[in-house]
Amino acid sequence: MSPGHMLYRGREGMWMWVVHRVTGVAIFFFLLIHVLDTSLVRVSPEAYNEIIASYKTPLYGLIEAGLVAAISLHAFNGLRIIAVDRSAWALRHQRMLVWIVWGIFALLMAGFLPRHLMHVFGGA
Amino acid sequence: MTVTEDAPVGEIATLNVTIRIKRMNPEGTPARAPGESYWEEFHVEAHATDRVLDALHTIKWQEDGSLTFRRSCAHGVCGSDAMRINAKNRLACKALLKDLNPSRPITVEPIAGLPVVKDLVVDMEPFFASYREIMPFLVTTGHAPTRERLQSPEDRAKFDDTTKCILCAACTTACPVFWTDGQYFGPQAIVGAHRFIFDSRDEGQWDRLEILNDKAGVWKCRTAFNCTEACPRGIEVTKAISEVKRALTTGEF
Repeated sequence: MSPGHMLYRGREGMWMWVVHRVTGVAIFFFLLIHVLDTSLVRVSPEAYNEIIASYKTPLYGLIEAGLVAAISLHAFNGLRIIAVDRSAWALRHQRMLVWIVWGIFALLMAGFLPRHLMHVFGGA
Repeated sequence: MTVTEDAPVGEIATLNVTIRIKRMNPEGTPARAPGESYWEEFHVEAHATDRVLDALHTIKWQEDGSLTFRRSCAHGVCGSDAMRINAKNRLACKALLKDLNPSRPITVEPIAGLPVVKDLVVDMEPFFASYREIMPFLVTTGHAPTRERLQSPEDRAKFDDTTKCILCAACTTACPVFWTDGQYFGPQAIVGAHRFIFDSRDEGQWDRLEILNDKAGVWKCRTAFNCTEACPRGIEVTKAISEVKRALTTGEF
């Protein structure tokens, strides 16, 4: 983008496209790391244990929460995109569907986050 | 008829607006290097009934004759004056100042994704090239009939929406995919193709569908809906693209 370039004032659809991109790339990098750490067990079981132990630190606990957030957003927005491509009704109500995606996301996170954070920080 | 004292009949209220224009002069100005883009503010007294185009006219005719923009019919039909106004693509001749919160500066930029020629004028050639590629003309085989080609109202309705396109490029230059990938045909070319693909009189559907099945074709659409929201003709652009996708996957028109 050129200097002084103003953002385009898109609506829900454009921002969900951004969310889908960002979460997609984040999930890709997670999978990359995940394949690498899992394959480490073939190389050195000790190193594997060490890496897995580091995942139990609070920092990784927070990253884990981010991962769950990214996957649930990506999954439900993915369903929205499929719906939009398949049904004229969904296409015409895509903005409402965006808010339904965020609603389901908020519901899932409300159920998951307290328990997860208790586990990460409280050792429960 | 009652006449209020402060607003006599026939008098149109005025409003003072600030217009911030993204400018670029390829030859440079005494203060600016050639090709440098910069913002310039103009203060315009306008009627409450004026459009952004009227404000641009006032600036060009009374303040700075070097301001460059395209317009022709000035009534939303020719599609010459698509611009990014307050960060959204619209036609300057269809955007009323009073609808744009005139208490704050109104920003006017060239549409994005096409090379800027000067000020608000962009090179439309890549856009028209995509349109030409989808063959925007009737394709038939055999002898030309001696009378008109008949069509039922139901068949006509299938592509009614996409006949409204005026090739202003507001949709294509609102598309985030087009901004980052100039190879993408863009919403307008797909709308142009839709108009013939779903026309029962046309026989070139599969030629067009094959072109749009390309990796730079309909599958690049990420359903961001910027095109549908930008279209000054109210065409459901994303719907048209979806219908082309469906025609490709199901073979049904």
